Amino acid sequence: MLLVSLGIGIVAVLASALLGPKRRGSRTKLMAYESGNDPEGGVGTGQRFPVHFYLVAMLFIIFDIETAFFYPLAVAYQKLIPFAFFEAITFVALLLVGYVYILKKRVLEWN
Amino acid sequence: MPDWLATLLISLLKAVLVVLGLLTTFAYMTLVERRLLGRMQLRPGPNRVGPMGLLQPAADAIKSIFKEDLNVTLADKLVYTLAPIVAIGMALTAFGGLPAGPAGSLFGENPWVYNLDAGILALLALTSMGVYGIFLGGWASGSKYPILGGLRSSAQMISYELGMGLSILGLLMLVGTTSFHKTFNDDGTLRALGFVEWQATNGWLILFQALGFALFLISSFAETNRTPFDLPEAEQEIVAGYLTEYSAIKWALFQMAEYVNMITASAVMATLFFGGWKGPQFLNGLIPGISEWPLIWLILKIAFFLFLFIWVRATLPRLRYDQLMRFGWKLVLPLALANTVMTAAFLAFRGQGGLWLLGVLSFAGLLALLIMSDRVRTLWNQPTVRREGEVRLGGGD
Repeated sequence: MLLVSLGIGIVAVLASALLGPKRRGSRTKLMAYESGNDPEGGVGTGQRFPVHFYLVAMLFIIFDIETAFFYPLAVAYQKLIPFAFFEAITFVALLLVGYVYILKKRVLEWN
Repeated sequence: MPDWLATLLISLLKAVLVVLGLLTTFAYMTLVERRLLGRMQLRPGPNRVGPMGLLQPAADAIKSIFKEDLNVTLADKLVYTLAPIVAIGMALTAFGGLPAGPAGSLFGENPWVYNLDAGILALLALTSMGVYGIFLGGWASGSKYPILGGLRSSAQMISYELGMGLSILGLLMLVGTTSFHKTFNDDGTLRALGFVEWQATNGWLILFQALGFALFLISSFAETNRTPFDLPEAEQEIVAGYLTEYSAIKWALFQMAEYVNMITASAVMATLFFGGWKGPQFLNGLIPGISEWPLIWLILKIAFFLFLFIWVRATLPRLRYDQLMRFGWKLVLPLALANTVMTAAFLAFRGQGGLWLLGVLSFAGLLALLIMSDRVRTLWNQPTVRREGEVRLGGGD
């Protein structure tokens, strides 16, 4: 399935490369888009981006690991109740402490 | 011909069929979307190419293949070319695990391409691989707007992926499996029903997980980058986000990935919450066997959700970036957790009663959310706070 799907993409790109017109672009044509000005910023120019994206990624890793821990618990849940319920509550409560902390730290505010 | 070769050939054939089916659906989806958007804005939409505009998708496809494929000077050539292929590859692959009928109903074969016991996990993993396609595409373009679009989209998609993963935990607890199909123990006894069979026995999961469904719906809108969450390609704000430097077929591949993701999301919602390929059981009283009619129900449900995607696009304005992230982290995530805990508590202490109480609880939760929607809106709209003495770095959000 994966092979076929990737194959479709590769075939499409190859077909376009074979069938499309091949002209040599001028410098202006190949310039990055910047409303007609010379481009500034972008890769390799040392442009900096807000640290928020990094924080979001970190939080995602933490909470996604939490989700990963939850899946086996959820699947086996009906065989483990009521013990599993208290386990889950404890785990969620611990995570909520962290969640409240990041709320108070205003990590989830963008300005 | 040895057995393994026959199996391989058959699954290859099925994969090709699914891929071609998805591509056709995508092509006509674009047409249907434009026509419907037109109708909603009191104009006809494309109706010149072929009868009722039916050849418009073909014209678009041929045009995008014959367009000149530009490589911008600063672009990282390899990644720039690979990103759309990754995006479309992952989007198409994710669909293959979904069941389109009972085992052996496709001329004696199974109507799915691959069957994993952890089907839902595989699905989530594959759809989130799409983030790579978009982000790398933005990064490799070597220009400012694509990077911004890529950063935004990766942040958005990973945030809502949490909501997505957490909102289906309730379903997993109820059904007790991550597989779409029946699973068996080593000794051949039934371990768990699949989602479709469970829903045929107990009723559609939307009845018991209304809140979870609402969260999943919101998350899947954000995951597929559709309005109101289409920030990665916000035309009016950052040109076209990660698509800015793409032209010809690579651009078309990204679009294709978005639409295929939409189709997959619709199919997943239909399968997880709306009984999959089985129709409503009570209709069997009117016309015997109607709930088993092959494929019709699945296609109907998918079409309904696709219509919903288009309808919402014609209705809602786009969220601002900080509103979007606040919505995801402060509303969807805690609510999904609350939904999980509620389901867990119900299952642990339900006593002898049936599942209806859970349905009432979940529906009440959804209702409370809707009634409190004014409060919820203040959550998005609170004025952005700027701390004293903070230096603003570059960047556009």
